Amino acid sequence: MITQLRSAVVLALGALLLFGLAYPLAGTGVSQLLFPQQANGSLTKNGSTLVGQPWNGPQWFHGRPDPDNPLRLDGVPGASGGSNLGPRSRQLVAGVRAEAAHLRRMGAQPTADLVTSSGSGIDPDITPQDALAQVPMVSRSTGIPESRLRRLIRTLTVGPELGFLGPSYVDVLQLNSALARLR
Amino acid sequence: MHFALTLLLLAAALALSWRYLGSYLEAVYSGRVRWLSWAERVVYRLLGVDPGREQRWREYAVSLVVFSGVSLIVTYGLLRLQGQLPLNPQHLRAASPLLSWNTAVSFVTNTNWQNYAGETTMSYLSQMAALTVQQFTSAAVGMAVAIALVRGLSRAGASTIGNFWVDTVRGCLYVLLPIAFVAGAVYVAQGAVQTLAGPVLIHDVLNGATQLIPRGPVGFMESIKQLGTNGGGFFNANGADPLENPTQLTNLLSVVLLLSIPVALTYTFGKMVGSRRQGLALLAAMGLIFAVWTGFTGYAESQPNPAVAAAGVVAQPQGNMEGKEVRFGVLDSTLYDVASTQTSTGSVDSTPDSYTPMGGFGLLTGMMLGEITPGGDGSGLYTLLLFAIVAVFIGGLMVGRTPEYLGKKIQSREVKLASLGVLVMPVAVLVITGIATALPAGRAGAFNSGPHGFTEILYALTSQGNNNGSAFAGLNGNSTFYNLAGGIDMLVGRFGIMFPVLALAGALASKQTVPVSRGTFRTDNATFVVLLLGVILIVGGLTFFPALSLGPLLEQLSHGRFF
Repeated sequence: MITQLRSAVVLALGALLLFGLAYPLAGTGVSQLLFPQQANGSLTKNGSTLVGQPWNGPQWFHGRPDPDNPLRLDGVPGASGGSNLGPRSRQLVAGVRAEAAHLRRMGAQPTADLVTSSGSGIDPDITPQDALAQVPMVSRSTGIPESRLRRLIRTLTVGPELGFLGPSYVDVLQLNSALARLR
Repeated sequence: MHFALTLLLLAAALALSWRYLGSYLEAVYSGRVRWLSWAERVVYRLLGVDPGREQRWREYAVSLVVFSGVSLIVTYGLLRLQGQLPLNPQHLRAASPLLSWNTAVSFVTNTNWQNYAGETTMSYLSQMAALTVQQFTSAAVGMAVAIALVRGLSRAGASTIGNFWVDTVRGCLYVLLPIAFVAGAVYVAQGAVQTLAGPVLIHDVLNGATQLIPRGPVGFMESIKQLGTNGGGFFNANGADPLENPTQLTNLLSVVLLLSIPVALTYTFGKMVGSRRQGLALLAAMGLIFAVWTGFTGYAESQPNPAVAAAGVVAQPQGNMEGKEVRFGVLDSTLYDVASTQTSTGSVDSTPDSYTPMGGFGLLTGMMLGEITPGGDGSGLYTLLLFAIVAVFIGGLMVGRTPEYLGKKIQSREVKLASLGVLVMPVAVLVITGIATALPAGRAGAFNSGPHGFTEILYALTSQGNNNGSAFAGLNGNSTFYNLAGGIDMLVGRFGIMFPVLALAGALASKQTVPVSRGTFRTDNATFVVLLLGVILIVGGLTFFPALSLGPLLEQLSHGRFF
């Protein structure tokens, strides 16, 4: 029993050093050396392309109606996560209606992605269809011709990866950054 | 069409893993792989272990318990002390005693149930040194127990079943570490963060939004989280978080990683018992259930979300997108969640709580079958072998002959141990769920109302009892009741099965092998696979149907009602 205890303590501490410190530190070193842009959060000067942002008003393309949590400013980011509303939740019915009404007021056609929240609560992407549904709204408010906006969406659409993995999508921050450059 | 290609690629990757990782695992555990023998020698000297000396099953079990106990204490201590320890850029305070208990049990038992949000609760040191460490060792312990049981089946007249220390060290060094490191680099290359610098504050001049982007050593935790069938993510949103699972490629890689070892172990099993067909029969049973559940759940999620449909404002051509990420879409999201519930991983890339009633049913029942399709690293194989023994026993009763499995006579002691191992989980899950719904403290945790609220409770305790860790995340589990009850559920679900398995390994190893005769009930053909499937589905169905009828089934049937 005592020898077992000694083995257990040594193995637990050895694992702590190897897998708890050496492994993640070596991984961090390799990442910072080879993929610094990705390893640091895919940051651009306007934010991370992997973290959705709130966009207000008809002059921008809107992402999903997520809380876009990491907004807390007390030094600790908010927690990511979905709404967790069940498929027969009254709150979800009301939320979807409110979101659709909001989009209609601004002149956009609501789509399923644009009225439902994501799993992460910070979904940075929308489908090309979601973007196209907002083209008339953005065009009216910015004066940029609809054809120009549709071309922009096409050039920024990525996926499916390898030609078949998952759907196509557009990063909303990249789309709006490109939109800002057009003005 | 696209999705069919995804499934084809997955199947090809798993076939390679089955054949080559499976044979590599056999070589590792029989000691023929030696490229890290210099490191092994140092480790054994420090441990004071003679790698050539094997253990009887009791000693193996004692080593396992002592190691798990020490791991529990170390993990608990780190979580309690994180406020005073370095690598804490967000200056987070210690996790509460009850939360630390639940989390330590959760990671030591390979469950990775999380009653906390990683980015707001755990320091970088806790994520690395408390949690990532256990993601390696708990997976290696599970694999060790499976190998010990297979040794019991393949030996005759032996008193020992291997050495726990050697098996655990080899699993970590030769299998988990190299694969996790390479896969970790892929996650980061695709966009997962991996840094020790704290969160970064960014102001967007376009929309005036200011965001604090959480960061940390994520990518290399992600790889072992999947490979070790752990599932505990760095961020609260787990695999849905783009900083953790950034692209479709990492999404598929996750599915491959979490299935690879459980699938490969069936080849290892076949090789060790001297007949690959025996392993194939087990794989066929696993694969059939997995395929049916993937199809069922994928179909359910391709249907409109009832609440969104009731709002009557949008069409839902893709299916249920509430709680799902645009870059994954419905089918890839469902594949990930099905794979992770059926491997005892429990990571999610979409929110199970927002699945359609039948989609949630698919995830929940995937766990209720006992995590054997293909189950967790090691735990999937050893639990399935318990079902196989019950199946040959029932087959033997039908033909009136003493049952045998792989040339071993299955007698009273073996049947008792196998039945015990099969029944421990349903008993723990149902009893604790009953207590939770009877007590105000248990009912208070539910977030949604109506039958969905009950499903949240049932799902949580099923998940913990099966050492899965997947969550209907609306449930508020960070309460005195759920931290305590969940911890007990996880311990029973882990060790309540491991002990009978090791006892069985010892009992089987000591038996002589009876020669195959014409009357031998074959366990490597379609008849056996059907019998095994029958046992699995009947045991799972009979034990859980009443509970399911109060949750997802009732919810599915309450047309037009909203809660």
